[in-house]
Amino acid sequence: MSMADAASKGERMLDPMPAMNFARRWNWSWLGAAPFLLFCLTFLVAPVLYLVNGAFQNPAGTYTLDNIAALFSPNMLAAFSLSMRLSLFSAAIGSVFGLLLAYAVILGGLPSWVRPAFMTFSGVASNFAGIPLAFAFIATLGRLGLVTVVLRDVFGFNIYSAGFNLFSFWGLALTYLYFQLPLMLLIVTPAMDGLKAEWREAAEILGATRRQYWRMVALPVLAPSVLGCFLLLFANAFGTLVTVYALTGSRFGVVPIVLFQQIQGNVLYNPNLGYALAFGMVVIMAVSNILYLVLRNRAERWQK
Amino acid sequence: MKKGFPFASVMIAILAGAYFLIPLYATFQFSLQMVRGEWSLAAYRAVLGSNVFLATLSFSAIASFTAIVLGALIVVPTIYWVRLKLPRLRPLIEFLSLLPLIIPPVVLVFGYIRLFGSNSLLPLTTSDVGTNALLVVGYVVLSLPYMFRAVDNGMSVIDIATLTEAAESLGASRLRTIVSVIFPNVRSAIVSGAFLTFSISLGEFVLASLLNRPAFGPYLVQIGQDRAYEPAALAVMTFALTWACMLMMQIFATKKPGTRLLPRFRFRPAKEMPA
Repeated sequence: MSMADAASKGERMLDPMPAMNFARRWNWSWLGAAPFLLFCLTFLVAPVLYLVNGAFQNPAGTYTLDNIAALFSPNMLAAFSLSMRLSLFSAAIGSVFGLLLAYAVILGGLPSWVRPAFMTFSGVASNFAGIPLAFAFIATLGRLGLVTVVLRDVFGFNIYSAGFNLFSFWGLALTYLYFQLPLMLLIVTPAMDGLKAEWREAAEILGATRRQYWRMVALPVLAPSVLGCFLLLFANAFGTLVTVYALTGSRFGVVPIVLFQQIQGNVLYNPNLGYALAFGMVVIMAVSNILYLVLRNRAERWQK
Repeated sequence: MKKGFPFASVMIAILAGAYFLIPLYATFQFSLQMVRGEWSLAAYRAVLGSNVFLATLSFSAIASFTAIVLGALIVVPTIYWVRLKLPRLRPLIEFLSLLPLIIPPVVLVFGYIRLFGSNSLLPLTTSDVGTNALLVVGYVVLSLPYMFRAVDNGMSVIDIATLTEAAESLGASRLRTIVSVIFPNVRSAIVSGAFLTFSISLGEFVLASLLNRPAFGPYLVQIGQDRAYEPAALAVMTFALTWACMLMMQIFATKKPGTRLLPRFRFRPAKEMPA
């Protein structure tokens, strides 16, 4: 046995030690989260990144801002503006009436069974979007719907000749309200519950009227929550496709419908403009959700 | 500020109740009007007797069940592991699980069609099996925020670290610990997440339609375009199913960990029954 052999053997014998130390120091336990991370990366992050990347490329594959600029063409702006207006209106109506309903149900001095009844119903109704909701509103306010017929035959008032149409902007807004109102009730309830009785007693002792208490104490405390909920409702309406599609087919060109048609048959004649449209949707959804989280954190300051 | 009769509150509650209940009643009444001049269940019979109805419903039911199982398999061990060993990874996991709330389904499926199309590394959309798998995966992603929240809440009320140590000191392997100690304790949380997943994916339209699957959602839209009274009957049935799912979910979500899903049936002598 030569010296060199012995040396290399010694080296080999010594070699595993640092590797084992390394293995001990290296935390293998992150592997336990690998399946989840891999799943999310493949089926959630990668598809979206693919679209975002495509939004900044032309069909030849070079990077450009043309598609983003094309989002501001009259056609695309019309779709975005329609979506924004519909979402803003339905979120505004949902927020105001949801707030009133939350006030009535929680602080309004109603019998104690009212609150759980509305809460349970809201849990169901906020998930009752989509096709069955559209069917229900056709049976209610469609041309042969129950309310339409009763108003016409009993009260002599034809809402369709008065200008109402279920398959129009206001009809859609009224339909959206059916899942917006319960959602608002569900998410604003914790804030309403957070209004401490002591604040109100303190205001009363200082001689505040009911109106002053609401204007100067309760509403400022509720404001971040309400604004946050409004944004969540906005995002909720903005992403809605199925209700519109089931009511009006593809006639009502909100952004998700345009994107739906683009996927079905490249109606924009530019695949990359489709990517840009998807990118625009994600940006609007992300901004409103992030603002919601920021406002919710701000609102929680009062609940400590 | 003395309190009289809460007139305004009562008015608001009645108006809201009317807005919520009238469409339900109208739908129910409309669904009975298929035969002119009488109330009948003809619309329900027409729907239930249709082969397409049964085929699409069972397709969607199978897809939903698969999504529930796959979702639970991905979510439960991950939350357990992150809570036990990787608390630093928690913000990332939580962020990923909330991401589907920001990504509209139509955008998600657009990405799927492009990324897993015919000339990609993983060409799932070229075969029926692959497209079905993609649909199920999509449902897992759409229900991820809800499944995650349900299971995470379930795990926050049990002491995972102590349970794991106890299991290990009795000689249980890691797998055994998860399967026979952790899983029974979060079973009701999983079931509550499962019902929500089911109610999301059963009538789902966008993914099923754009992936061209014979699912329940596209069938509903087709019926809505072709027929007058069947849609109302379908809406009533879907609403009843949603109610059932939500009620089950609330029952299971409020269950104490480790309790049985169903009361055990056994015959007791009459004298043991509580008075």
